[in-house]
Amino acid sequence: MTIDLILFYIFSAVLVLAALGVIGAKNSVHAVLLLVLCFFTTSALWLLIQAEFLAIVLVLVYVGAVMVLFLFVVMMLDIKVEPLREGFIRYLPIGILVAAVMLVEMLLLIGVKNLQVAPPVDPSGASNTAWLGMALFTRFLLPFEVAAIILTVAVVAAVMLTLRKRSGTRYQNPSQQVAVKASERIRIVKMPSSPKPEPAP
Amino acid sequence: MFDPVRNWFLGFGDIGLVVWLVVLILCIAVPVILAVAFYVWWERKVLGWMHVRIGPNSVGPAGLAQTFADVFKLLFKEYLLPAKSSKLLFVLAPLIALVPAFAAWAVVPFDQKMVLSNANAGLLYLLAMTSMGVYGIIIAGWASNSKYAMLGAMRSAAQVVSYEIAAGMALVGVLICAGSLNMTDIVQAQSGAHGIFSWFWLPLLPLFVIYFVSGVAETNRLPFDMAEGESEIVAGFHVEYSGAPFAVFFLTEYANMILISFLASVLFLGGWLSPFPESWPLVGIAGWWWLFAKAFFFAFLYLWFRAAFPRYRYDQIMRLGWKVFIPIALAWIGVTGVLVYFGWFGLGGAR
Repeated sequence: MTIDLILFYIFSAVLVLAALGVIGAKNSVHAVLLLVLCFFTTSALWLLIQAEFLAIVLVLVYVGAVMVLFLFVVMMLDIKVEPLREGFIRYLPIGILVAAVMLVEMLLLIGVKNLQVAPPVDPSGASNTAWLGMALFTRFLLPFEVAAIILTVAVVAAVMLTLRKRSGTRYQNPSQQVAVKASERIRIVKMPSSPKPEPAP
Repeated sequence: MFDPVRNWFLGFGDIGLVVWLVVLILCIAVPVILAVAFYVWWERKVLGWMHVRIGPNSVGPAGLAQTFADVFKLLFKEYLLPAKSSKLLFVLAPLIALVPAFAAWAVVPFDQKMVLSNANAGLLYLLAMTSMGVYGIIIAGWASNSKYAMLGAMRSAAQVVSYEIAAGMALVGVLICAGSLNMTDIVQAQSGAHGIFSWFWLPLLPLFVIYFVSGVAETNRLPFDMAEGESEIVAGFHVEYSGAPFAVFFLTEYANMILISFLASVLFLGGWLSPFPESWPLVGIAGWWWLFAKAFFFAFLYLWFRAAFPRYRYDQIMRLGWKVFIPIALAWIGVTGVLVYFGWFGLGGAR
């Protein structure tokens, strides 16, 4: 057994246990943290197959940004866990169905991949970051740009949907605040440092 | 320069390799911890001078042993575990904060070939590691089950995520100029014919400023210390921590500050390159001492900021991050692209 294989089994075991923990955890914050562990272990697995760009981007985007905001929201919400766990048996058949479909799809994917030859190894030894960049900006430029536009539209839409104009709120105008001069805020008054002595009677 | 030692270790096979790596890691981690100790002393001294007082002067010569005394005091203090806290997470939080702060040092190049891991995706790895540091703060805030800690964690999460975008954009400019994600290549790309003017600080001046200020915000230092905010929320996320775990949070914060100082020097000020022409005797030689001198300058800026600026209000911080830094960074990425495309600013030594 090579060291890669041992590491693969260790990471896989952690991944499966963490994934089980996500759906089994009583506390929603614990569930989110276990999901973070899932992402992190997946990234380690990807590093094992030398997909370093995807692995680090997974940590950067999902662990570093998406899950932080997720955690932020989950901490703010006061979620009652008990009612959420009530319908477990009732929804179990649907869950099993979805899981079965996903399993079949994955098997098909792996089966198709096994029929193909091994992925070509770049003889010049360029990193797969450079390869990915070349592919994205030449061959897949149109899908890449379309995806970018869709994401931008989604961001604008999300902001517009949640932006509420409330009457009666007062905002500060930073450009006005910055334009303030010291003379408008403070007045220097000349005063004698000590009161004049009273004339002696 | 390390080759004979390395080969001696590798002679023992896989075990030797692991031991060699551990030795290398200790060679970075132990000096970082010592640097933190002296940095804390230096901070108190500088603040003292700026406040026209003396600062620590009793323990050891010129108070140099003050930090060590403080550390031992903290280590021997009682470790309190709040009754209604989330026990496991409460204990884990300082470690979760500490690990990324030290892991990021793996790709920092100190000199030509003096780097623990010469990873191809080094810059990405750095971004990933620095973005993970916020978990320690959030988990600490939540696990403490205290309102002040929770408020500190919330502020910190929003602030760090916002400023990470600005810092990430600034790094995009660097990698456009360098044409590489490898940290050593980035420094090599700055070794142009114009000496100090070939470094990235000049063509990327707005990004340079944005990166360092975002770095100050990401490490939750003044004037952006919303996560602690002593005058508002007592001590923020670590209000419930005492003894050794508090010391770990302290160590993490200062290790992160030193890391940002090193990164700003490596990415924008030419790393180990000398600011003087090579023909000059002695000062023209490039070497790690230049990197340390530059990093010391940035580390000093942290303290200067702390003494000079009042704390920002929360909405001001958010405005600065989202409405000032990110648009400027985006615009300058476009400018950088044009500069590099037309060859007005060359790719340095990389191409």
